[in-house]
Amino acid sequence: MTLSATTDDRPRPAVRAPRGRARGAPAGRRLRGWMSATWFLLPALLLFLFFVLVPIFVAFYTSLFTWGGFGRPEDFAGLDNYRKLAGDPVFRGDLWRGLVLVVLSIAVQLPVALGTAVLLNQRMRGRAVYRAVFFAPYILSEVIAGVLFGIIFLPGTGLADTLVGDLPLVGGLAGKWFSDPSTALPTLFAVMTWKYFGFHMMIYLAGLQGIPAEVLEAASIDGAGPWRRFRGVTLPLLAPTLRISVFLSVIGAIQLFDLVWVTTTGGPTNSTETMAVTMFQFGFKRYQMGYAGAISVAMFLISMVFSLLYQRYALRRDLQGAVTSAGGRR
Amino acid sequence: MRAGLARSASRHALVWALGSFIVVPLLYAVVSGFKTTGALTTDPVGLPSPWKVSNYTGILSSGDFWRQIGNSVMIAVATTLLTVAASALAAFAFARYAFRGREFFFTLFAAGLMFPPAVAVLPLFVLLRSFGLLDHPLGVILPQAAFALPITIIILRSFFRTIPAELEEAAIMDGCSRFGFFWRILLPMARPALGTVSVLAIVTSWNNFFLPLLVLADPKWQTIPVGIQQFQGQYSTNYALVIAYIVLAMVPAIAFYAVAERQLIGGLTAGATKG
Repeated sequence: MTLSATTDDRPRPAVRAPRGRARGAPAGRRLRGWMSATWFLLPALLLFLFFVLVPIFVAFYTSLFTWGGFGRPEDFAGLDNYRKLAGDPVFRGDLWRGLVLVVLSIAVQLPVALGTAVLLNQRMRGRAVYRAVFFAPYILSEVIAGVLFGIIFLPGTGLADTLVGDLPLVGGLAGKWFSDPSTALPTLFAVMTWKYFGFHMMIYLAGLQGIPAEVLEAASIDGAGPWRRFRGVTLPLLAPTLRISVFLSVIGAIQLFDLVWVTTTGGPTNSTETMAVTMFQFGFKRYQMGYAGAISVAMFLISMVFSLLYQRYALRRDLQGAVTSAGGRR
Repeated sequence: MRAGLARSASRHALVWALGSFIVVPLLYAVVSGFKTTGALTTDPVGLPSPWKVSNYTGILSSGDFWRQIGNSVMIAVATTLLTVAASALAAFAFARYAFRGREFFFTLFAAGLMFPPAVAVLPLFVLLRSFGLLDHPLGVILPQAAFALPITIIILRSFFRTIPAELEEAAIMDGCSRFGFFWRILLPMARPALGTVSVLAIVTSWNNFFLPLLVLADPKWQTIPVGIQQFQGQYSTNYALVIAYIVLAMVPAIAFYAVAERQLIGGLTAGATKG
């Protein structure tokens, strides 16, 4: 099951079924000429073509030029932009920081979200309120989260400093947070966790509700304690949801922009800069559109390759019938 | 019985401990909006004394704030109408027609899930400029709708397929056209699914920052996230006022969440488990 283009391989009648013959065809399978289907597809297809597919080609095209963004790109540079990109320490740093954020998300954010989901999946008073509270940050925009935490983490006078100031271990963080290169990325990660934690918790809750109670009861009758039930039943049955959540974390880290732009604009000294921020800097602050185009293409290729590999090796079974097979009725 | 009570109490304690990380920043924001910036920085934890209402009332009586809210509403509604209309038609074709290339086109749309919008932002800017759509709401509405298509089509298609084909046959035997069936029977039946995808599209549009930041430089069209960033730039040291601005900007989102919670979560979980 791959994402490559496949055509409908079902046998089809040589003659297109005319309108009136619909009754004779098997239920739900009436074959129609694709002319009439085209009218239904056309609006979506045009939108998608002009605003998703064409931009990606435009990015490829501009990345081959040295171009300031005005007039037509004329100064053909071949793969120069890509060569420059490969040697750019900031871009390499972007890759590294992206990886750090992904690893932190998977190692910290997702397990805590899973634990909270398991906790809130049990019957308890006020459960609906708790869920709503944990989910609330997700519906607020990244800009709101960023501005709020920018103020909370103000060195010296912010809420965070006041709270940790005298504590052992974390007290050393006071005065640093976003303003020190060594703590800026972990601070950014804390804000990301605040913002996205509830989303992951919510999809785990949905996954947990899909696990039949009988299976857990059966395990419990067989003498499995809570931990064994979790390891042996819940976790494997939740695996598809976990894989999706890892996928979304990685795609999210690849394109992280809003939170960074609002809190640090990538600083101090690039310590929180992401690929999207670098692209924005070159494209719209320094007017090196060709180079920025090369960053776009790199982001596209990274997410594409990652998605395809992940699809191939991790999501294969989960997504069958959803993303990859249009028919789904095979 | 007592062991059960203790367990329940510790469970609540755990949830409260975790929840405080979520709630404290929000409470801090609401309360800080009532302070003077001086009080906010000298005593971030304490309550304001006196409660200064003018931060909030000043913003509420400013034209900028309301214009940004209005722009955000207009752009979110237009994006959603366009997304849902185009997706419903396409999902109908994918769910109900067999045509050459159906797999190819569906895979193409589904693959769109994997293209991060940030990748397309820069070339979109170049493209929109050549279409003359910079500083025009359509420059945000059209791309947003395009990027919302994949998830919307996937959710709607799977819903449309649950509606029995016999219904369509009966309708067509009674003289209903294809589009008539779609418009008069399928869409009304699909109201819950349409609600779900609409809420998803509204929230995504409402929170979008990157694209409006680039496309809508003219303050006349700025949306609320861009407005917040501008406001922060303008009053960068008046923290209490900036906080009041974001608290007021939270209100529509929270209110919408309160009303549409079930649809939103249904959409996210359907989206997350189905692709």
